[in-house]
Amino acid sequence: MTNAKAPPRPILNLQNVHIHIGQHHILQGITFDVEAGRPTVLLGRNGAGKSSTLRTIVGLHPVTSGVIQFSGATIQGLKPFEITRLGIGFTPEDQGVFYNLTVEENFRLSLFEETKQTQMNLETIFELFPDLKKFWRTKAGLLSGGQKQMLGIARAFVNDHKVLLIDEPSKGLAPILVEHLGVSLNKIKDKTTVVLVEQNFYLASQVGADYFILDNGQVVHKGQMKDLVDDQALKKKYLGIG
Amino acid sequence: MLGILFVPLVWIKLTPYLVLTTAGLAFGMFLFMVASGMTIIFGLMDILNLAHGALFAIGAYLGGYQILNLLNTLGWVENGTAGQSMVSLLLAISMGAVGGALVGFILERLILRRVYGDHLKQIMITIGVLYVITELIKILWKPTAEPVLVPLSLQGSYDVFDVIIGKFRLMAIIVGVAMFAGIQLVLNRTKLGLIIRAGVENREMVQVAGYNIGRIFTVVFMAGAALAGIGGTMWCIFQQQVTPEIGLDNLIFALIVVIIGGMGSVTGSFLGAIIVGLSFNYAAFLWPKLALGINILIMATILLIRPRGLMGKE
Repeated sequence: MTNAKAPPRPILNLQNVHIHIGQHHILQGITFDVEAGRPTVLLGRNGAGKSSTLRTIVGLHPVTSGVIQFSGATIQGLKPFEITRLGIGFTPEDQGVFYNLTVEENFRLSLFEETKQTQMNLETIFELFPDLKKFWRTKAGLLSGGQKQMLGIARAFVNDHKVLLIDEPSKGLAPILVEHLGVSLNKIKDKTTVVLVEQNFYLASQVGADYFILDNGQVVHKGQMKDLVDDQALKKKYLGIG
Repeated sequence: MLGILFVPLVWIKLTPYLVLTTAGLAFGMFLFMVASGMTIIFGLMDILNLAHGALFAIGAYLGGYQILNLLNTLGWVENGTAGQSMVSLLLAISMGAVGGALVGFILERLILRRVYGDHLKQIMITIGVLYVITELIKILWKPTAEPVLVPLSLQGSYDVFDVIIGKFRLMAIIVGVAMFAGIQLVLNRTKLGLIIRAGVENREMVQVAGYNIGRIFTVVFMAGAALAGIGGTMWCIFQQQVTPEIGLDNLIFALIVVIIGGMGSVTGSFLGAIIVGLSFNYAAFLWPKLALGINILIMATILLIRPRGLMGKE
């Protein structure tokens, strides 16, 4: 008998995933694990395949080859609604908010099962994003860019998903709103496993525990965020910052 | 805006104007019954379904012709009581709706599912389906016009201060308004309606929100087809005859209404149907040969001012 602990089982696991969109080979063998409870950030330049990776996980792009597992079960080939109902929430780059529906209707649509937990989630959402309560009966199209972004994230969070995929939440937001977003994401990451695609390195470093750098549809580097923050050469090489 | 409705009074005396207005409203409601399903199907599914005319014809033959003939053998239609007349109409409408929905189900599952997102193929295939069903109707029933019975208590007309209002026209207005109210109720007060409204805006996100969009498409297509079936039933009873070409004949009006209203908008179709119904009746009274041309002119004018129709969204 040994005292060695078994390695933590990943909640989300991609093995050698390839996708094609039209003639283009977009993901070229993506492999990474996300551990439960550890917020993970996908970094990389524009066109590296970050957003495509999230869209592939939720079934919006068909997998050409490779395996995607969620809580040990293979999910590639499932339809997006089946993947969502297994417990993966997704907020796309454009927020995915329904502009012609009210804030309340956006939530009602997302809430496919009303439980005590979802009610608690809603209360948490109102604490994190008080504007959403204030504009509860307002059409989402009339909200500001920041409020729409909050709604997009909050809506995915309401369902008690085990994993929440969030694509570039800071895109187009003023610095003060990015600051507020960071605070909110840090609270959300305590309640679910967040996988974040983010160009804003400051926000990414505030939220993430682990990171994967993507380039040309492949993972080219991975590690813990605290190490990357100080690694100027790596940041310069792959992210163009430093 | 509403003032435009009174312009025909310049040429038409008050009493015939009121008669034409009630007749125009009834015609508008018939048109709405055809157009509503077409616009819902386009709005959610982005399908240009020209086979909608065939679903209209199916409703006419199954509901208006077949069921009323059957019920007449029981003495419920031409000799029945007021209650039997109403039940006969209700059963005819129900059968028209079920017939339309079932054919719609087969059409969506077997054919249209393969051409989602390709308007050119949709137009070609659905026109083909329209002609095939029209020919099948000739084989299953008769290639010639057949008389359709009108339930006894819906025959004749009311005389309200010299304004003659046909009983069945009045019924058409009631059914049309009830359909509009029902559709609004479903769209605005139910979860299905919420999903449909969201799906019109962003189908992908509806899937990601956890809903089986494929199943919702089928349900919506069947509902749209059922509305066409109801329209067909009501129209053939009003016309007191049914022909295999009934769907083809009404398709042009349905398209005008859907385009005027704004593709995908039920409220737009409701308004468009009233505009087309009224203008057609006024024009048919004043310049009979120009009636259809005036409707097309109205459509062109509205599209010049609002390229996406009255209620169409960018």
